[in-house]
Amino acid sequence: MGIFHHLTRKPWLPEQSEIDNQVSGGAVALQTAKVGLRVFLFPISALFTLFLIAYLMRMSFSDWQTLHDPWLLWINTAVLVLSSLALQRSRMLVDGGEVTGMRTYFMLGGVFAFAFLGGQLAAWQQLADMGVYADTNPSHSFFYLFTALHGLHLLGGLVAWGRTVFKIKAGVDVEHLRLSVELCTIYWHYLLVVWVVMFGLLLAT
Amino acid sequence: MIVAIGLLVVLVGTVLFHVYSPWWWTPIASNWGNMDDTILLTFWITGAVFIAVMLFMVYCIYKFRHKEGRVAHYEPENTKLEVWLTSITAVGVAAMLAPGLIVWNDYVTVPEDAVEFEAIGQQWSWTFRLPGEDGKFGTVSMKDMNPDNPFGMSADDPNGQDDVLIEEDEMHLLKDQPIKALLRSVDVLHDFYVPQFRAKMDMVPGTVTYFWLTPIRTGEFEILCAELCGVGHHAMRGTVVVDEQEAYDEWLSDQATYAELVEEARIRKENETRLAMN
Amino acid sequence: MMVDVPVAEVAEVELYHAKSYWTKYVFSQDAKVIAIQYGGTAVAIGLVGLVLSWLMRLQLGFPDTFAFIDATDYYQFITVHGMIMVIYLLTALFLGGFGNYLIPLMVGARDMVFPYLNMVSYWVYLCAVLILVASFFVEGGPTGAGWTLYPPQSITEGTPGSEGGIILMLVSLALFIIGFTMGGLNYVVTVLQARTRGMTLMRLPLTVWGIFVATILALLAFPALFVGCIMMTLDKLLGTSFFMPEMISLGQQLEYDGGSPILFQHLFWFFGHPEVYIVALPAFGIVSDLLAVHARKNIFGYRMMVWAIVIIGALSFVVWAHHMYVSGMHPYFGFFFATTTLIIAVPTALKVYNWVLTLWHGDIHLTQPMLFSLAFLVTFINGGITGLFLGNVTVDVPLSDTMFVVAHFHMVMGIAPLMVVFGAIYHWYPKITGRMLHEGMGKFHFWVTFLGAYTIFLPLHYIGLQGVPRRYFEFGDTAFIPDSVTTLNAFVTVVTLTVGFAQIVFFYNMWRSYKHGKVAGDNPWGATTLEWQTAETPPGHGNFGEELPLVYRWAYDFSVPGAKNDFIPQNMPPGPDTNNH
Repeated sequence: MGIFHHLTRKPWLPEQSEIDNQVSGGAVALQTAKVGLRVFLFPISALFTLFLIAYLMRMSFSDWQTLHDPWLLWINTAVLVLSSLALQRSRMLVDGGEVTGMRTYFMLGGVFAFAFLGGQLAAWQQLADMGVYADTNPSHSFFYLFTALHGLHLLGGLVAWGRTVFKIKAGVDVEHLRLSVELCTIYWHYLLVVWVVMFGLLLAT
Repeated sequence: MIVAIGLLVVLVGTVLFHVYSPWWWTPIASNWGNMDDTILLTFWITGAVFIAVMLFMVYCIYKFRHKEGRVAHYEPENTKLEVWLTSITAVGVAAMLAPGLIVWNDYVTVPEDAVEFEAIGQQWSWTFRLPGEDGKFGTVSMKDMNPDNPFGMSADDPNGQDDVLIEEDEMHLLKDQPIKALLRSVDVLHDFYVPQFRAKMDMVPGTVTYFWLTPIRTGEFEILCAELCGVGHHAMRGTVVVDEQEAYDEWLSDQATYAELVEEARIRKENETRLAMN
Repeated sequence: MMVDVPVAEVAEVELYHAKSYWTKYVFSQDAKVIAIQYGGTAVAIGLVGLVLSWLMRLQLGFPDTFAFIDATDYYQFITVHGMIMVIYLLTALFLGGFGNYLIPLMVGARDMVFPYLNMVSYWVYLCAVLILVASFFVEGGPTGAGWTLYPPQSITEGTPGSEGGIILMLVSLALFIIGFTMGGLNYVVTVLQARTRGMTLMRLPLTVWGIFVATILALLAFPALFVGCIMMTLDKLLGTSFFMPEMISLGQQLEYDGGSPILFQHLFWFFGHPEVYIVALPAFGIVSDLLAVHARKNIFGYRMMVWAIVIIGALSFVVWAHHMYVSGMHPYFGFFFATTTLIIAVPTALKVYNWVLTLWHGDIHLTQPMLFSLAFLVTFINGGITGLFLGNVTVDVPLSDTMFVVAHFHMVMGIAPLMVVFGAIYHWYPKITGRMLHEGMGKFHFWVTFLGAYTIFLPLHYIGLQGVPRRYFEFGDTAFIPDSVTTLNAFVTVVTLTVGFAQIVFFYNMWRSYKHGKVAGDNPWGATTLEWQTAETPPGHGNFGEELPLVYRWAYDFSVPGAKNDFIPQNMPPGPDTNNH
């Protein structure tokens, strides 16, 4: 309720002024980059949520056919979880100052993410072999669209990951690395959640 | 001074224009007179607010314009005044909303004795269908639609045999008879719009939309398309004629049912074959 | 989580020091330069939109006269005009232009928090604009589907530009959204994190509040358009059926099956209605500050103004389907959306009251910014009132898709925000260039533009009431439309051209004053906010000199009893001259 309480203050009153004069400008006690990432997750969430709503609305029409999810998706999900776990581990290590271990796990996380993307492509291939294409049924269209968008977001994350790897190689100081690792980890977890929600929806319908 | 006068001129001009404007709604031809009433009510309430706020502005500009030595008051807020203003506004808004919702409720609740007709839009013309004596429409499908069967009637549906198919852009309605218009589109969005009826609704391919009305006076009215439907949008015109019973019956007896049209086509084809054989 | 942090100092934004001409003026990371790039591009494409409106007015005013305008051209003109004005001009100008220039200066920051991203944002926007322009040169020309791009017609044969034009349009929109998101992140995080010491949220000028909330709306609303664009692109290119139903287009059975055109409308308006406020809220904020400064009085009811901005912003996400009362959606939605829509009128009306109450017992200087603010009030009240007609579901039925709608939204989100744009340019030009704009030319520009624009759109409401539909290339012989409508249309066209050409005076004024205008000094209007307290005018790289300003008061200490001047800058510490304590 902090924000609402804040908005009721009367900034012109002298007693309020005394308090306000002491306040530093940041609204959130976080590094700017982290605030930026969190703010960025809002439009992304809006994007995926709207896709989900469109999916549910489109489902109610008579031509909808249930998609038989390829079994490969289960493995891909496991790989994505591993990817997130590896990054989480590297984040904990960098907090403890262990740069070497952090490096290993951070690399591992990225490799798993690439594996996930490869797996998704293989799943597409599986579907195509079954005669399921983007235009055969709206459920198929949504599946390709979902996975493509999620994959693109992950690919964007991998660019940031690549830049961090580059920094690690270049021997950038730990403080700086820590921020990059944390940002990657947050983003990874977020995309994992998005994927789990989407996969759950695909299974349920 | 000039500014205050300028704004006053704008205000007076607006009011005078409203009063003397030669452009006003067309004489109504349906039961939706209460839509006009809600418009009038909204004009009165919002007009009063417009005049009051504008006069207040003009007064302020005149009275408090900069002069040597004038000092503005320092008044951050006045909660009591704002609560009052908010409440009065809320009451005014409610006074407009409530009648609006009541009329909307009428608009979406079709009376039971309403008879149905179907209007079909396509780029860029209108066709119509009546359910015939059994009061039921036969099923139609896009797959069956072709130049020989422009309505896409399915041949084996008994309900469809007596459907009256009107393949021209003129439709007749019976005066004082509540009517439910079922709206379909073959291609893109259209909107069945007769200004004198006030009512309108989009036609959406893939679904059937509807609205209802009761024509209250005879006459010939234009049907316009009110949803952009491509390059011929402005030319998509039709006519609806409201008749008394006698004229309506006469018109109806001139129209052909689906069964008759099929029969006609069969005979024509036979004749053609015979001619060809000769 | 959003409370002020009293302890840790927020680190200053790291400045990127440009080394060459290119990085200083072209690929600049300075928000002020980016602002001017955004503003210049927006105005340039806006002029294209203006010319398109002349062409369509020529057709409406003098049908059968201009052989070079056929129905195809006409529909392309209205479509691209609408798209340009709403998105590429107003959104980009308010947020990318004014937002970039004013946010860092007004909150007391050296720059935006992510300057590199900010720069990329502009270049992506420029690409979006260029792609839009390119659609004029592909075969079939730009799309003529109306700015709402409703499928199925937007991608089927009977519509102009349904091949290359629509695809470029969709790509351009998607790029715009990506570019905007980069900029938007900057605006939001800068307001949250980069305020100087003492600048609490409730000490922010309303300009910043308006832009801040509008940006949040845009960040959450644009994804809906993005989703719609992607799905429509796939419908067009891959033959999916997200929005496309089974249909026969001009005698040809298409491959589509079962899609929902109304689904697109929901997505479009879930973006489209907040979009109205994305344009309106910055205008609300800016006009509040202009009124306060030029009436030498604090904005009346500052807290209510902030709340109203926040409440309007939140409500704008639950009113979208009032654009769809006659779309064939479930009729019961009408009850809900009419109610929410009319509720939004209450905080909006409160803002209007507070603006006019700010004039009460003020010391009103009738400067150009004040004049345009007054013009905003007139046009906004007028346009807001007709919104009460269209928002109230029953009243909307006869009026929807008529010229009444056209008149309404031009008044409320075309003319009214444009008045603020002009007011804001007259107000901040002295800060941006160091020189005042010429007053005589300004007065001429004001009267012609304000009275002209009002004269254009007021009568259009009434022919709409009569039933004259919008988006008609010509009316032909229509019994219910009297000849007087044609006469009126011709008159409106003449006024439109007059107002349009009068803008030359404005541009000449900007050009001439840049070199020959009266030197402005640092604070010509006697304003309190931080952008007027910079060490140099125009402000240099890093905005403020060695030290960031410290803030000691809210943005509206005008005519404080007992104070030496009739304004006290936000960064002036309490002392004998300020008398408030």
